Amino acid sequence: MTNRTSLYQHHLDAGAKMVDFSGWEMPINYGSQIEEHTQVRTAAGVFDVSHMTVVDVSGVDAEAYLQRLLANDVARLDEVGRALYSGMLNDDGGVIDDLIVYRMTFGYRLVVNCATRVKDLRWMALQTTGFAVSVEERPGLGILAIHGPESIERVCAILNDCGREGESEAAAIRALGNFRGVELGDWFVARTGYTGEKGLEVILPTEQAPQLWEALLAGGVKPIGLGARDTLRLEAGMNLYGHDMDETVSPLSANMGFSIAWEPSKRDFIGRAALIAQRAELEEGRLPILTGVVLEERGVLREGQTLSCRDADGNELAQGVVTSGTFSPTLKHSIALVRVPTYTASCEVDMRGKAIPVRMVKPNFVRFGKKVFE
Amino acid sequence: MRANYASDNSEQPAPALPQRAKREEHNVSTIPDNCKFATSHEWVRIDEDGIATVGISDHAQDALGDIVFVDLPEVGATIHAKDEVAVVESVKAASDVYSPVSGEIVEINEELLDAPETVNSVPYDGGWFFKIRLEDAAELDELLDAEAYAEHCEGE
Repeated sequence: MTNRTSLYQHHLDAGAKMVDFSGWEMPINYGSQIEEHTQVRTAAGVFDVSHMTVVDVSGVDAEAYLQRLLANDVARLDEVGRALYSGMLNDDGGVIDDLIVYRMTFGYRLVVNCATRVKDLRWMALQTTGFAVSVEERPGLGILAIHGPESIERVCAILNDCGREGESEAAAIRALGNFRGVELGDWFVARTGYTGEKGLEVILPTEQAPQLWEALLAGGVKPIGLGARDTLRLEAGMNLYGHDMDETVSPLSANMGFSIAWEPSKRDFIGRAALIAQRAELEEGRLPILTGVVLEERGVLREGQTLSCRDADGNELAQGVVTSGTFSPTLKHSIALVRVPTYTASCEVDMRGKAIPVRMVKPNFVRFGKKVFE
Repeated sequence: MRANYASDNSEQPAPALPQRAKREEHNVSTIPDNCKFATSHEWVRIDEDGIATVGISDHAQDALGDIVFVDLPEVGATIHAKDEVAVVESVKAASDVYSPVSGEIVEINEELLDAPETVNSVPYDGGWFFKIRLEDAAELDELLDAEAYAEHCEGE
């Protein structure tokens, strides 16, 4: 079965090359992925990410349920509109999915990956036992992500054209801090995203998406395909589910340690016991880690390439693997996320049978249009 | 040309050849009729006496997307038809380029080392890869003409 978002015809009209994406026909690019990438780093672009799954959680036990379901702690969301990144783990501490959860006036809103939708919904339903909670998928909602240094002002400038209270809503949007959102009638607008640039995600009824899309394009915002979304997120050092982590990988091996709320220690979230054991393994150097590498000469690192790894004394360690690799349009050379043994100090990647040295860096390559690592 | 590492761009693998939207169709009129084509998407054109120029087709560059590196053979190398002689890396994938004909490499397009995107913009012109002194002109007969190549692309 093929799904289409309410913007399908708009993508074709913009010259999109459409690809299958977990059962959705989505735009991979509108001509040049590199130009689209640069557009987001330097100006403003809009992505249709309506294929992503929105799930609303409400009921008196909504907070307690999510405190059990997620490795991060929704109690940290001390105001309506705040957002949190979290892993949803299985009992073995493997990552079922990664997601964003927003606190809403009615409870909580989760945005999970499209490729994992079926198993996520099943798992979330399974865990409701004993909680007075409603878990409801919202297929009637679409998502437009507008990112880039000019994005917020571009959105504020076209609100009137979408029949909205332009002035007051623009003020509310401009006042948002990072990882904060605001409910504006049937729209939810948040300062979240997947690019490493300033920007907004607008969750709105799917039938309203075309009007917003048209107004944005008329206002100088360019359509950006999911190809550029991938190079943007990788430059920002953000994980992609199914590539950088999955159910067989601990969040501690996926650079997701920051999203685990260990305190309060009495909060018994799913996967906690397994994570405690994995944390000990990590401290003993027995758990691999996810980190970044750059290749500053010719060539492109690709997912699945293997790495030979050495510690600081030059001892050979276990093999590593590239989990996401690409050419960085901003840096003009290749970057990658790699999973390597804990004490790896240097590594070489096997590229077409040749061992090529790569430089290890913190897995955050570009933020706000600029190179981040030394 | 054959992809040897396809990096999936998103949450789920994409098919090898994307569905075409409102872009230019690859029909006979856009495929130069002074070239012959390999089923692996390289073109070859006889430019002067016994010397042929080789590149990749518009269809191939379009499927690869933005090209970021091109590795070329050495001038003076003797190669056989269907040898892997060059590598083209796009944001999406790395692909081997095969020579459609046998002979000696007499010139390479060094401009591609600094401006690989030329292959995207003018694949049949400034985006050529190398020139080769033909060993056996009869090999050309085994290649596709423009019309047959257009059919081949449609059938993929």
